[in-house]
Amino acid sequence: MAASEGDALQVELVAADRTVWSGQATMVIARTVEGDVGVLRDHAPLLSLLTDAVVEISAEEGDVVVAAVDGGFLSVANNRVSILSERAILATDIDVSAAQSELEEARASDGDDAESRIRRAEARIRAAEHA
Amino acid sequence: MALSLREYRARIKSTESMKKITRAMELIAASRIIKAQQRAQAAAPYARELTRAVSAVATFSNVDHPLTREEEDPKRAAVLIVTSDRGLAGAYSSSVLKEAERLAEKLRDEGKEIDWFIAGRKGEAYFKFRQRPIVQAWTGASDQPSYDTAADIGRVLIEAFLKEQGEDGDVDEVHVVYTRFRSMLVQEPTAVRLLPLEVVDAEEGVEQSQADLLPLYEFEPSPAEVLDGLLPQYVQSRIFFALLQAAASELAARQKAMKSATDNADELIKKYTRIANQARQAGITQEISEIVGGVNALADANSGND
Repeated sequence: MAASEGDALQVELVAADRTVWSGQATMVIARTVEGDVGVLRDHAPLLSLLTDAVVEISAEEGDVVVAAVDGGFLSVANNRVSILSERAILATDIDVSAAQSELEEARASDGDDAESRIRRAEARIRAAEHA
Repeated sequence: MALSLREYRARIKSTESMKKITRAMELIAASRIIKAQQRAQAAAPYARELTRAVSAVATFSNVDHPLTREEEDPKRAAVLIVTSDRGLAGAYSSSVLKEAERLAEKLRDEGKEIDWFIAGRKGEAYFKFRQRPIVQAWTGASDQPSYDTAADIGRVLIEAFLKEQGEDGDVDEVHVVYTRFRSMLVQEPTAVRLLPLEVVDAEEGVEQSQADLLPLYEFEPSPAEVLDGLLPQYVQSRIFFALLQAAASELAARQKAMKSATDNADELIKKYTRIANQARQAGITQEISEIVGGVNALADANSGND
């Protein structure tokens, strides 16, 4: 499908209720449950689970798009990369102070989901600092 | 209908203000329905990609997953009914409830007991009034559902489904009854089986042709684990889809109901105006005939005196 469209990756970053970012990119870096993975052109078809972490997309226009995702997965095929996550947010849209206070709150609480909340908040802060 | 003119005037006035209200509600529903459709469209890419991924895993691995496993002797079924929070939407809630009753009858014929899960205040009220037990109800935002609600519903249903048979709260099947949005004019209540999952999606023809050409994926960490991560999200996205469809249907039904209410008010106003005019005319005629009668009587009396 996308194989004929020049020499870039067709990337789609999709959250459950909207498409967060889509466009041409030269490289995608994401963190799977097995570790970081970088995707360039002509990558082998891959389906992989992501952790709560930062996704970096080097867009064709030269700027780097950074986003925080809450889990989800990455699928690569025919130079098409789809990153799906229930919640995905671009670094430029992240409210750092909200994420900070969320992080502190999560650290203070000791509920079942405290750990994943901490991870999510940390991912957001990292993404925001990265941008 | 021998009411006084004043009373008719009062009725016309109240019908007019009623018409203003229904007209406003009609316009609000019409503007929201566009937003609801946009939300449904925005959610489509996620559902599409997810379906592709799930069918890819299902095609390339014969992993047996608890969510796709059929129970040999299903005894209990969970039914999720998606209704609205507010009324004034015509037959919207009652037709989806009727469809649910039909499904319930079918399931009972198959010897299954039913656990009810409800979304929307109207459905909850329907069950409370009949004193039938509900396992769980979600209310509050039927006309603009959030993904979080869908995720929560999904979590609860999956948890119930995964319990062993005989365990408290276990169900062997999960059905969803919602209203499918066909067009602004047609919304039909539908019942679908959500779990055990059947990963065949013939909803869109494009999907099929793409599925034929699925590349040989590598799975990380393993096909089973990827499927484990994907399937719950797939279920949640299906529920989210149902909620979005239901929301659009609700608004369309409300718009239609309010439009006919406005038209009816128009009719009533016309009718009352006619009757009021008649009553006014009758009053005038009566006054004239009284005056003429009086004059004649006076003239008769005068001529008798002469």
